[in-house]
Amino acid sequence: MQLSTSILLTIALAPLVGCLLAGFLGKFLGRAGSHTVTILGVAISCALSFYVLYQLTLGGAETYNQNIYTWFQIGHFNASVGFLVDRLTAMMLVVVSFVSLLVHVYTIGYMADDDGYKRFFSYISLFTFSMFMLVMSNNFMQLFFGWEAVGLVSYLLIGFWYKRPTAIFANLKAFLVNRVGDFGFLLGIAAVLYFLGTLDYATAFGSAPSLIGKTLQITAGTQWDAATVICICLFIGAMGKSAQVPLHVWLPDSMEGPTPISALIHAATMVTAGIFMVARMSPLFELSSTALSFVLVIGATTALFTGLIGIVQNDIKRVIAYSTLSQLGYMTVALGVSMYSGAVYHLMTHAFFKALLFLGAGSVIIAMHHEQDMRYMGGLRKYMPITWITMWIGSLALVAVPFTSGFYSKDAIIEAVGESHRWGAHYAYFCVMAGVLVTSLYTFRQMFLTFHGKERFTVVAHHGHGHHDDDHGHHEPGVLEHAPKESPWVVTLPLVLLAIPSLLVGFFTVGPMLFGNWFGSAIHVDEANNVLAELGQEFHGATDMALHGFWSLPFALVLTAFVITTYIYLFNPAMAGKIKSALKPLWTVLDRKYWVDDVYFAVFARGGVKLGRLFWKAGDTAVIDDTMVNGSVSVIHRIAATTRRLQSGYLYHYAFAMILGLILLLGGYWFFGSGPIGSGLVGQ
Amino acid sequence: MITLSHYIVLGAVLFCIAVAGLFINRKNVIVLLMSIELMLLAVNMNFVAFSRFLGDVSGQVFVFFILTVAAAEAAIGLAILVLLFRNRSTINIADIDSMKG
Repeated sequence: MQLSTSILLTIALAPLVGCLLAGFLGKFLGRAGSHTVTILGVAISCALSFYVLYQLTLGGAETYNQNIYTWFQIGHFNASVGFLVDRLTAMMLVVVSFVSLLVHVYTIGYMADDDGYKRFFSYISLFTFSMFMLVMSNNFMQLFFGWEAVGLVSYLLIGFWYKRPTAIFANLKAFLVNRVGDFGFLLGIAAVLYFLGTLDYATAFGSAPSLIGKTLQITAGTQWDAATVICICLFIGAMGKSAQVPLHVWLPDSMEGPTPISALIHAATMVTAGIFMVARMSPLFELSSTALSFVLVIGATTALFTGLIGIVQNDIKRVIAYSTLSQLGYMTVALGVSMYSGAVYHLMTHAFFKALLFLGAGSVIIAMHHEQDMRYMGGLRKYMPITWITMWIGSLALVAVPFTSGFYSKDAIIEAVGESHRWGAHYAYFCVMAGVLVTSLYTFRQMFLTFHGKERFTVVAHHGHGHHDDDHGHHEPGVLEHAPKESPWVVTLPLVLLAIPSLLVGFFTVGPMLFGNWFGSAIHVDEANNVLAELGQEFHGATDMALHGFWSLPFALVLTAFVITTYIYLFNPAMAGKIKSALKPLWTVLDRKYWVDDVYFAVFARGGVKLGRLFWKAGDTAVIDDTMVNGSVSVIHRIAATTRRLQSGYLYHYAFAMILGLILLLGGYWFFGSGPIGSGLVGQ
Repeated sequence: MITLSHYIVLGAVLFCIAVAGLFINRKNVIVLLMSIELMLLAVNMNFVAFSRFLGDVSGQVFVFFILTVAAAEAAIGLAILVLLFRNRSTINIADIDSMKG
């Protein structure tokens, strides 16, 4: 059975229609109209995505791979728009549309007071469309379109509150850092076209083995393996989009955007585009062990070291942001050990629980009147029980407590890294194992600081009762006008709907999706690299795996972290400050984020400004302005100043010049004796 | 016997007087106009002399044209002069130097 083209087109285009309606006709539709059309569009996509997943999994549908429209044709190169829908795509479609739908609903509550309400809905629908184009693409060209389009929407949404200087700084930073990654990505695509002659996935992957033995001369005298160059270039793109060290700096700053965006774009979907892309390119990456080692080391570094920063953050959203970086590191590590399906599986579970955590944090932020600093929270559990419970579910999934979905994906990755023999696997194993402890530390710390312990805020009844303006954020920290209260149902419903898959999806899908070769031909792994198959031999059902998980090192680390944080934040709050001052140098290193931002700022930002100043002063001002433009003007001016003296204005001077000229002319003719006049005079 | 040379010399002398009038005179625009007329007459003298010498009447026909043009030119020149005087209240050449660069 074949999937119908019109269904796939509807999936992709329904959010676009919603976006255009809300964006251009928002004035006529009003607030309610705008959110209705966009939610409707995404709901249609979501329902059809589930249908497509059902058809591909149980309905016996074949992989769909067709070009729908030819954009342009140059020689033998065809740029077309087409869809490749296999199980990998279908899973991504479901994750993206489901989270997007819930975020749309959540936004009704979160952005209720915002002036940019309709604009916001338009943007997130545009994002959903772009993401669909990215995951459904059947060629590198369209992938790149989707890639850039989601980057654009991310830029627009980080800077959504465009009057805040910090937001403008953050979105510019995100855009510039992504440019670095995209440059590598573009080079990778170009290298694919150069070596394989096509940008179509199926054709390119089919002829991928022809890359073996081919080399590329990058600098004089050195030959680089073609597959390695292609894969590393493509992965640099993924490093930008999926915020891997050293291109991770934009993601924490992207928290300047509204919280629903942090959940949808900067946690659940867009940042995982890099992971998805590498999984999609698995036939290429399998050709280069070097590139995979590179991927592995980068991922492992990200997983551990960005998590450490999370421990010292006080902003509730930034903790989750660093957690996202760290979890993306885990996914990248999985890619590095050729466990593509494990990476994508963690992508899926992470999308659910991380979106949940972000939306929960958003709910807390609403309750705290846009206060994001956890030092002024505490004891919120009795004010907002639904948020409290759902966030605990998300946190348990994040720290990988057995039976939660996060456990199945993360534990499998850790095991796989342990089994792998790839260069760098030992380092990665240490990183992911230590990462478990770090993840648990910051997660429990965040939960205790937010929901447990003493209340560190005071409620002061506002004098002019009843009227409160939008002037959030200018009040004193820790002073609230109203007591915190549970958020409206449009906010809590998405939390509940995300908590369910965070808890359960792993248990039901781990067998088939991870160990059952569910992805089929979508992911290609060489037999020699197939660590997942080795793990699969020891897999005896989800219950068994979870029970086994209770007696493993990662769970022991989780428990350790739980005990430590419980003691510090619930029983002995003064302890945190003591530890901080005892480990001052370490704390400074983490608080300054390893000075990566500072170095980038000093070298690239300042250097860029200096380079620009050099070109401005030396190139533009000195050469073009002073020498060429003003220089030619002043030369002409000087010539004119000299020659104008000839223009005396007196008639007799002119007449004299005329006579003199005439005499010279005639004299010349006569003297040299040629020409009609001269010869005539001489002849007479 | 008056030969062709005499006439040509006369024409040259008249022309030189006219040029000298142009150069030496620094006061009066009317003198300038007169000098120009004198130049044309010097040319006319040459035309008539050569016409007679070569036995060709067309030279004398040209003289009539030149005289007509000179009359028209004098009329225009004097008209400009009147306007100039009205505007600037002077016909002193030294004062008329608007064209100075």
